This record gives sequence, C-alpha cells and structure tokens, in this order.
Amino acid sequence: MVENRPLLSILAHIVLLLGVAIVALPVWITFVGASHEAERMLQTPIPMLPGDQFFVNLRQTLWGSGLEGTNTAPVWMMLMNSMVMALMIAIGKIAISLLSAFAIVYFKFPFRMGFFWMIFITLMLPVEVRILPTFEVIADLGMLNSYWGLTVPLIASATATFMFRQVFLTIPDEMLESARIDGAGPMRFFWDIVIPLSRTNIAALFVILFIYGWNQYLWPLLITTDTDMMTIVVSIKQMLEAAEQSPQWNIIMMTALLAMIPPIFVVIAMQKLFVQGLTETDK
Amino acid sequence: MAGITLDSLTKSYGPTEVLHHIGADIEDGEFVVIVGPSGCGKSTLLRMIAGLESITSGEVFIGDKMVNGLEPADRDIAMVFQNYALYPHMTVRQNMAYGLKIRKMPKAEIDRRVQEAAEILEIAQYLDRKPRQLSGGQRQRVAMGRAIVRDPQVFLFDEPLSNLDAKLRVQMRLEIRKLQKRLGVTSIFVTHDQVEAMTLGDRLMVLNGGYVEQFGTPIELYERPASVFVAGFIGSPAMNFFRATADGLSVTLPNGAVVPTAQSARGGVICGLRPEHLVRDPSGPIEMEVELLEHLGGVTLLHGPLQGTDQQMVISLEGISEVQIGDRLRFSLPPELVHLFDAQTDRRIG
Repeated sequence: MVENRPLLSILAHIVLLLGVAIVALPVWITFVGASHEAERMLQTPIPMLPGDQFFVNLRQTLWGSGLEGTNTAPVWMMLMNSMVMALMIAIGKIAISLLSAFAIVYFKFPFRMGFFWMIFITLMLPVEVRILPTFEVIADLGMLNSYWGLTVPLIASATATFMFRQVFLTIPDEMLESARIDGAGPMRFFWDIVIPLSRTNIAALFVILFIYGWNQYLWPLLITTDTDMMTIVVSIKQMLEAAEQSPQWNIIMMTALLAMIPPIFVVIAMQKLFVQGLTETDK
Repeated sequence: MAGITLDSLTKSYGPTEVLHHIGADIEDGEFVVIVGPSGCGKSTLLRMIAGLESITSGEVFIGDKMVNGLEPADRDIAMVFQNYALYPHMTVRQNMAYGLKIRKMPKAEIDRRVQEAAEILEIAQYLDRKPRQLSGGQRQRVAMGRAIVRDPQVFLFDEPLSNLDAKLRVQMRLEIRKLQKRLGVTSIFVTHDQVEAMTLGDRLMVLNGGYVEQFGTPIELYERPASVFVAGFIGSPAMNFFRATADGLSVTLPNGAVVPTAQSARGGVICGLRPEHLVRDPSGPIEMEVELLEHLGGVTLLHGPLQGTDQQMVISLEGISEVQIGDRLRFSLPPELVHLFDAQTDRRIG
C-alpha cells in the first residue's frame, strides 16, 4: 500500500506504539524489579525506573543460593537443567520426526498409511490427557528425577512428523530417481539430499520446539522432586511460595529475566538461517 | 559401449497392460528416439530400461547382460530428466561429481572428469554456482554434464528439451546430436515432438497406446509409414486422409475423383496424401476450395475442403503463393507418393 495521508500514518504509528507498550511493559517491569533492593519492591507505588542493584541481584541470583533462607538450587543449575531439557526435546523430536517422515514418504511397507494415521491421531492427545499413565511408565522405568524422564515422554511428535512429511512430499520424485541413478542408497539420499533440502524447515521447527521445551511446566513439576533437577520455569513459581516471608521480588524478577534469555537467543540465532531459507526458493 | 536389447517387454498396472510386448534391438552407438503422443507409454518404457520402473514381463539387456534385477546405479546408465533434477543445494561441480563420489572414485579423477565435461559443454565458468543461478539452457547442460562424467554405456533422455523455449530447444537439439556423435554412446531419447525425433534419431520407435507402430529410420517412416498413425504423426503439417475405394492401381476419393496409385489394392482403403506432395496442376484430379491461407514465408499453407465434400485438407505450396481465398484449385501428385492403408486394420497395404 503506497498512500500519502499523514493523518493515517500518524494513527498507524500510535496503534503500533500502543501495541509495543502493551507487549513490552511487563518485560520492562521485570527488568526494573530486578534492579532494586528487595525492600523497595514491597513498597507502593512500585518503581517504574531501574534502580542500582542490578549487578548485586544478578550475582546473588546466579551464583548465590538464589532466595535467601531457602534451600533451592542455584539459578545457574536450573538454567542448565532447562537448557538440557529444551535441547534434548528439540533435537530428539526433530531427529525422530525426520526419520519417521522419511520412512512414511519414501518406503513402501505394509500398513504404511495405517502407521501414518496412528501417528497422526496422537496429535489429538495432548500431554495432559495421558499424563497419569505416562507418569506411571516413567516411574516404573526409574526415570524420575533424570533428564531422560524429563524429555523422553515429550520427544515423540506427531506435529513434526506430519510437517516433515509435507516437506518431503514437495521434493520432486526425480530427485530420488536421480540419486538412485547416481548410486545413493536410502540413508545416503537422506543425508545428502533430504536433510539439506529441509534444513530451513528444521531450523524453523527447532525454534518452535526449543521454546516449547523451555516453557514446559506441568511435566517437569510432576517428574522432578529433587531440587537439583528442577527447571527454571517451575522454580520461578516455587520461589513465590518458598520462603516463609514476603516474596523477594528482586530475585524472582532476575530469575525470570534470566529465563527469558535462552529462547530469545535461539530465536535471534535461528532467524538468520530462517530468513536465508525463505529467500532461497526452488527445490 | 554396448547395445540394448528389449525382449517382449510388458508393463501392467494391476490388470491394465500399458505396454505390450515391446521388442527392439538397439545397436552400439545408435541414437534411438522413442516418440508418441502423451500417455503412449514412452516414458514408462524409458524408465523400465533405467530401472526406475519395475518390469512386469520380458527382459532388458544392456550389452550382453540381463539387467532386469539390477538397481539403476548398477546398470551403467545415465539419465537426463525433463526438469533436470539437479540437486538445488549443491554447486554445479558437486552436482556433476556426486555420482562419482558415491562410487568412491579418487578425487583427482573426479576433478579431471568434471573439468573435461564442463569444457565440452562450455559450462566451466559456472562450476561453482548453484543451479538456481543458471538459466534453463545452462541447467540443461549441467544435467547433460552429470550424465557425461559417469562415462556410462547408455544415455537415457526423458524429454529433456521440453522446458526450454523454442529457439534454445533447436540449439540444444543440435548440440545433443553433435555430442552423441562425438562420444558415440548408445542413446535413447523420449519426446512427443516429431520434429525433434526426426532430427535427432538414427532410428525412431513410434509408440501408440503401448504398441510399437513402427521402428525405423526417419526417412523410412516418412516414405513408407507402416500405419495411418505413423503417417499422420510424422510430417508437418500432418498428412491428409480420405476414405476411398481402391480398384487396382487407382483409388476413388469420396467426391468421385480418381487418383492413380503405385500400390495395388481393392475395396475400402484409407488414402493418405502429404500436403507438401500435392502440386498445382490444372488437369489434376484433386480439387480444393481455399478457405484459409497461412503465409509462413518459405511455404504457404492452403486450408479448405476437398471439392464436393466437407472434409478439410491442407496443401503446402513452396514460396509465397499468389493464391487468394475463395480460389478453386486443382492438384495432382505422382502415384508413388500416394499412401494406401487398409481401412480395417489401418496398416499399410503392400
């Protein structure tokens, strides 16, 4: 739309600024909260400008014991737990979905479509629905309070399998035939042709799945009783009730701020590949 | 180097047979074009030779070796696809080298072959580009290059020129022909374009509805078409056909005109006259009223009905003709250029 109406563009900017303000305000408050002393955060009105305690709070949160007067694990450990969980979920989901989509699209075996629909139907069952039996299985396998317990039940993914299937279907058949004439076996074809051709989709999915994994709340809450295995998203909630005193907002806000950083980093890092992939057309 | 033998090749999809007992002997170094309308099974036949399509019955030999059970990669063939099927994420060099790399050929030998093929095809300066940075003609060359570096016994071409514009198609057609002569590799080329087929092939296999209509040199097909289908398919503009009654060495057309022939027949026949064989002759037996003129420069095409019937015919006159729309003209042709086909079987008589 090329229009030259100043009033309209001023109005458009006002709407955009309002939108930004609504989205950015909570983040700003988090930042402000993380930069004051604990006492200041309990007085009204809450401050709207940053204080001078940011680095003190950062040190206390990251390397100290976190909250004063509790026995929660230090925040760097929870960050690492979250990181390992999110990465295992994202990478595991992508690896398994790629392989199962590859099998469904490129191999003819009995009940192929049956298997496809079986995978597809599980789309309709979210984690929450099957959470009790899953917990039972994980508990019986002795995987409580471990990275495997945190990630394995979340790895199988119908959505990603379905998405990769659609991606593979857009790869022309001639590509496979050409590779066959070149002498490439199935796994060779998978590595040399299919993976590079889907790499932008893999990148996009990695972003989504990493954030999905990072934001997991219910499952880690159930499966981890040991504070050493606790993830950061769960612990923020715990912190509110942990100590037998008023919440230490400065530490909690700092933790929230730290919890935001890895997903932002992943989005920024992957966005480059993502955009590059979008500009690179034909298959 | 090797010839190819097809022995009674049949292909069925379920109960439907789409190719019926195709047999052919293709000699070493020969360029054979499989030509036919879409859906005639020509690509299927090529893909069966390549090993991309299973063979229902019959046998394919490349050289002396029966290849029915072999994977495409083990048949010592190279194939050029209609959409080129270049790997988009690899450079031209990697595209050409990929098959050799899988065969674990030494790096130096791969480089030498790629360089050599690139020079033959004049794409040496594009070796480090990706396919999407190339034009259609250049992609076509890369696809050819990928075939050449393999140094195979057989080249298979699946309508490789149909994605190019008309001018480039003519140019690439000649280049493929020259290249094939130079390398001397047995080649099979599939196309639906009869001009392409005529110019490229040492021999043409005309397929129709899964049957081989005729297998012969372009001149044979033009001069002695084995069936109405071949006669109509080869030559441009297409041959004119009339239902006629034969009586020894002449036929009577639907309007009563009597045309002398060299083939002897009796009863109902189909008479075929090539547009370019009819010449103006004030005492000729064939009369036409001109309804439409096409001036192509080198030739002029006259369209109109055979006098006394509503059957359209085409006549091609050399040069720029002074004929006007509405003229009634008479034509004749030498008896040996009249083609007669059996009215029941559509096969050539005599």
